[in-house]
Amino acid sequence: MSAASEFLISALIVLGALFVLLGSIGLARLPDFLMRLHGPTKATTMGVGSVLLASAVFFSTTDPVGISLHELAPLFFLFITAPITAYLLGKAAMHRKSAARPAKPPAAPPRVSTNRQQGTADDG
Amino acid sequence: MIRTVMPRPGLSLTVFVLWAVITNAASLGQLVLGVVLAIVIPLLTRSFWPDPPRLVRPWRALRFMGVFALDIVTANWRVGRQVIGPLHRLSPAFVEVPLDLRDPFIATLLGSIVSLTPGTVSLHVDQQRWVLLVHALDAPDPQALVDEIKERYERALKEMFAC
Repeated sequence: MSAASEFLISALIVLGALFVLLGSIGLARLPDFLMRLHGPTKATTMGVGSVLLASAVFFSTTDPVGISLHELAPLFFLFITAPITAYLLGKAAMHRKSAARPAKPPAAPPRVSTNRQQGTADDG
Repeated sequence: MIRTVMPRPGLSLTVFVLWAVITNAASLGQLVLGVVLAIVIPLLTRSFWPDPPRLVRPWRALRFMGVFALDIVTANWRVGRQVIGPLHRLSPAFVEVPLDLRDPFIATLLGSIVSLTPGTVSLHVDQQRWVLLVHALDAPDPQALVDEIKERYERALKEMFAC
C-alpha cells in the first residue's frame, strides 16, 4: 500500500467520523423532534459513505485479487432505506403532535415526546 | 418469452449486480447463484411491485446521480455548520412542494432524494393534490426551496423517465 492511498484512506475515515459526529451533535442540540431528524440523515449519507469508500480503497490497494466493490452494497441499501426510516419517524411525530394537541395542558413540558424517540431516531 | 422468466429485467439486473458486488464475484458458482436469485426474487415479489415508468434516458440518470452526489456533499457541509452554530438563527419550516409529475413511483423517488439531501426531509406525498410535504431545517425563504427542488430534482426525474 502506497503512502498516497494511506493518506486518502485516513482522510476519508476522519471525514466520515467528523460527519457522524456532526450528525450526533445535531441530534443532541436541536430543539424539536422534526429538526433532530435532520442530524441522522446527514450521518448516513456522508459519514457512512466516506467510511465505506475508505474501506473500498483499503481493500482495493491491499488485496492482490483486485478492486473491492462490495462496500457499494451497504451504501446502496442505506440509500434506499434511510429515507423510509426518516419518513416513518417524521410521520409518527406529526401524528403524535396532532393527536396530543387537544388534550395537552398549556404548561406541558415541550420536550417529553421528543426525548422518548431519541433512541429510534439514531437508526435513521 | 423472456418476460415470463424475467418480468422485470431491470430488477433482475440489479439483483444480479448486487449479488456479484456483495460476493466480490469470487467464483463461477457465485455468479450462477446470482443468476438464479435474479430470476427467482423478481418472480416471487412480482405482485408487490407497482408499474414504474421506463427509464428512457439512462445517461441523463447517470449525470443526475453525479449532481445528486455533489448536492449531498455541499448540503452536508452547510447543515454541519448550522448544527454547531447558533441555533436560534435557524428557521425550520414545513414547505409544500406542488408536483408536476403524476406517478407514485417517481414521487417516491423524489421524496427519497429530498430526504437524503441533508437539511430536508420529505414527510408526505399527497396523491390527491400531488403535493410533497417537506420539512426543512433552515428555510428562511420557502419559495426558494420549492423552486430548487422542482428545478434540480423534479425536472431531471421527469426528463429521465419521460413522464
